[in-house]
Amino acid sequence: MDFNMFLQHLANGISLGGLYALIAIGYTMVYGILRLINFAHGDIFMMSAYMAFYGVSLFALPWYVSFVLTIPLAAVLGMAVERVAYRPLREAPRISALISAIGISLLLENVGVVVFGGRPKAFPRPPLFAQEWNFSGVRIISLTFFIIAISCVLLVGVFYLVYRTKTGRAMRAVAWDFEVARLMGINVNQVISLTFAIGSILAAAGSIMWGMKFPQLLPLMGVVPGLKCFIAAVVGGIGSIPGAMLGGFFLGVGEIMIVAFFPELAGFKYAFAYLALILILLVKPTGLLGKVVEEKA
Amino acid sequence: MSRNKKRAISVTFMIATLLFSACAAPTPQVIEKEVVVEKPVIETVVVEKEKVVEKVVTPTSVPPAPLPDVIKVGCYEPMTGAMAAGGQMTWDGVKLANKLKSEVLGKPVELVLVDNKSDKTEAATAMSRLIEAEKVVGVVGSYGSSLSMAGGEVAEKAHIPVVGCSPTNPLVTKGKRFYVRACFIDPFQGAVMAKYAVDELGAKTAAIIQDVAQDYSVGLSAFFRNTFIELTGDPKSIVAFTSYQTGDTDFTAQLTYAIGKNPDVIFSSGYYGEAAMLCKQARELGYEGALLGGDAWDAPELIEIGGAAVEGVSFSTHYHPKGAITPASAKFVEAFKAEYDREPDAFAALGFDAYMLLLDAIERAGSVDGDAIADALYATEKFEGVTGWITLDENGDAVKSAVIKTVKNGKFEFLTSVEPF
Repeated sequence: MDFNMFLQHLANGISLGGLYALIAIGYTMVYGILRLINFAHGDIFMMSAYMAFYGVSLFALPWYVSFVLTIPLAAVLGMAVERVAYRPLREAPRISALISAIGISLLLENVGVVVFGGRPKAFPRPPLFAQEWNFSGVRIISLTFFIIAISCVLLVGVFYLVYRTKTGRAMRAVAWDFEVARLMGINVNQVISLTFAIGSILAAAGSIMWGMKFPQLLPLMGVVPGLKCFIAAVVGGIGSIPGAMLGGFFLGVGEIMIVAFFPELAGFKYAFAYLALILILLVKPTGLLGKVVEEKA
Repeated sequence: MSRNKKRAISVTFMIATLLFSACAAPTPQVIEKEVVVEKPVIETVVVEKEKVVEKVVTPTSVPPAPLPDVIKVGCYEPMTGAMAAGGQMTWDGVKLANKLKSEVLGKPVELVLVDNKSDKTEAATAMSRLIEAEKVVGVVGSYGSSLSMAGGEVAEKAHIPVVGCSPTNPLVTKGKRFYVRACFIDPFQGAVMAKYAVDELGAKTAAIIQDVAQDYSVGLSAFFRNTFIELTGDPKSIVAFTSYQTGDTDFTAQLTYAIGKNPDVIFSSGYYGEAAMLCKQARELGYEGALLGGDAWDAPELIEIGGAAVEGVSFSTHYHPKGAITPASAKFVEAFKAEYDREPDAFAALGFDAYMLLLDAIERAGSVDGDAIADALYATEKFEGVTGWITLDENGDAVKSAVIKTVKNGKFEFLTSVEPF
């Protein structure tokens, strides 16, 4: 493999990794605060993609309007899911919330099957993102560049929000100790809703870019990316936002490189993610950037 | 009683229960038919339009079982999942056939559909449900060879005949007495595309990207590869052989590798959804050569999702209205357009044929007995299908011609027809 091909693979990998990172952050933020794995996250991802699609195809909105409108709609959906499926179970044992998460995930998927139909739909790719660029043999479309750029902007934005603002401090406080934060006067319900909203916004942005990159929309399209991004979050250290970013890029680049170096094993591409999960759980269960947290009594 | 004694008693009780339950013979699921009809000679005497009186003369004359009031025919197709387009197209054809012919042996035919969700486990479950809960006498389906193979195992044990509409992997019918198909098989299809690549496109090298999770794809790639190597005489003419999995969305790594070897053509034997994105990514990576596929590319989604990237791709398939050959074909096209307001596609046509073939076999067998119908199916000769004259060989496979389609100006176009060789 020559250097150009390696760069091509790297570009593909980083673009895929950026998408994974965006979705993984949603998982990690919710886990950090609620100690809950939001299995419905992948389905909010799917719903956002369909919302963006229908905005363009059914309501004949220009693509930028549809994409921009999807973001708050996804946030609303995320907050609704939290209100309906998780808040009533806040005092219940953790497993109840987990089961509720799986339940709402199945609900969203099957509503998708019934309402959207099982046949794939074609996501629009506006010409702005379809420009073909050629850097001395490395061919990327402008979309790849936009994905990396937008992912970085969003990740920086999240970082700033969580580590440099008062709201972010509230979020970190709630993640650190739920009860004490409440005693300190933090409106915990608001913070949690906001967390879900942010996670859903990132998922929506990720899904729009995913839809442009892989234009096939299916009601079950959120299952595999959801699973992989959850793995990415675990590998990076669940509860840690930089960890999720790292995990996402690691998984994206790793998947591409496995096929690049071992094309005969291309059919086992997915095995990389699961192997990484098993290895990290065996070697460093808190993840690459995770902190060892003692079990509170 | 002491605690240990109580424990000992309960453990002994448990072990005894387990032993007794294990000894109980499981009730056999297989409905063994006691009547083995060697070579039934059926004389059909039509008395009135409504009644059909048959005299079944057999070596061991046994009165045929009475016909049920309603003859149920099952259909298992992927209506959701990765192969949903194929299943839905096929179902449209089967529905139309049921509308046009809703009676057999003087009894009404009820069509029952079960969605197998493009999943092998679900396919077996769907077949079980049709046979045991719905009590169908015959089944039509499924799109997707893996699904057909899974369902076929269940049907074989239950002695229920199945007519496959479009599964092309040879293993679907091989060694099975209760599975036949209305379409050609992959050894032929793979050879058709290999010949097209070498003879028409002048290809000397090819890259193959298969869907390793689908038996259909793996089989078709192997047949393409064998014929391609045979025709070019060069065992190294397949310069790249790589794979992906159903549901994959990113093929850039496999494509970068394959394109790096400079193939004249890329043959991808997977399904339409992945194929559309694969073609898109191939063009984005700068590949300008031919992209070829098999009949699983034949779905409108290929063009919807692939857009400009699938312009000029070609693939083999079963049917195109322009290649219509039998008198029944023209009538079918008319009826289809009247019902659905669009041109029929290959899978609707095959679904139509499979249903009609099954009913024809039931008529020839004169009964709803699974073995009799199976025998009648294997005896099918020159059945007038809308996709051609169907004669089934000893494996239950149809010997038919293939059609090569291409995409021109965002629409499927008929390129050429290839006779069986």
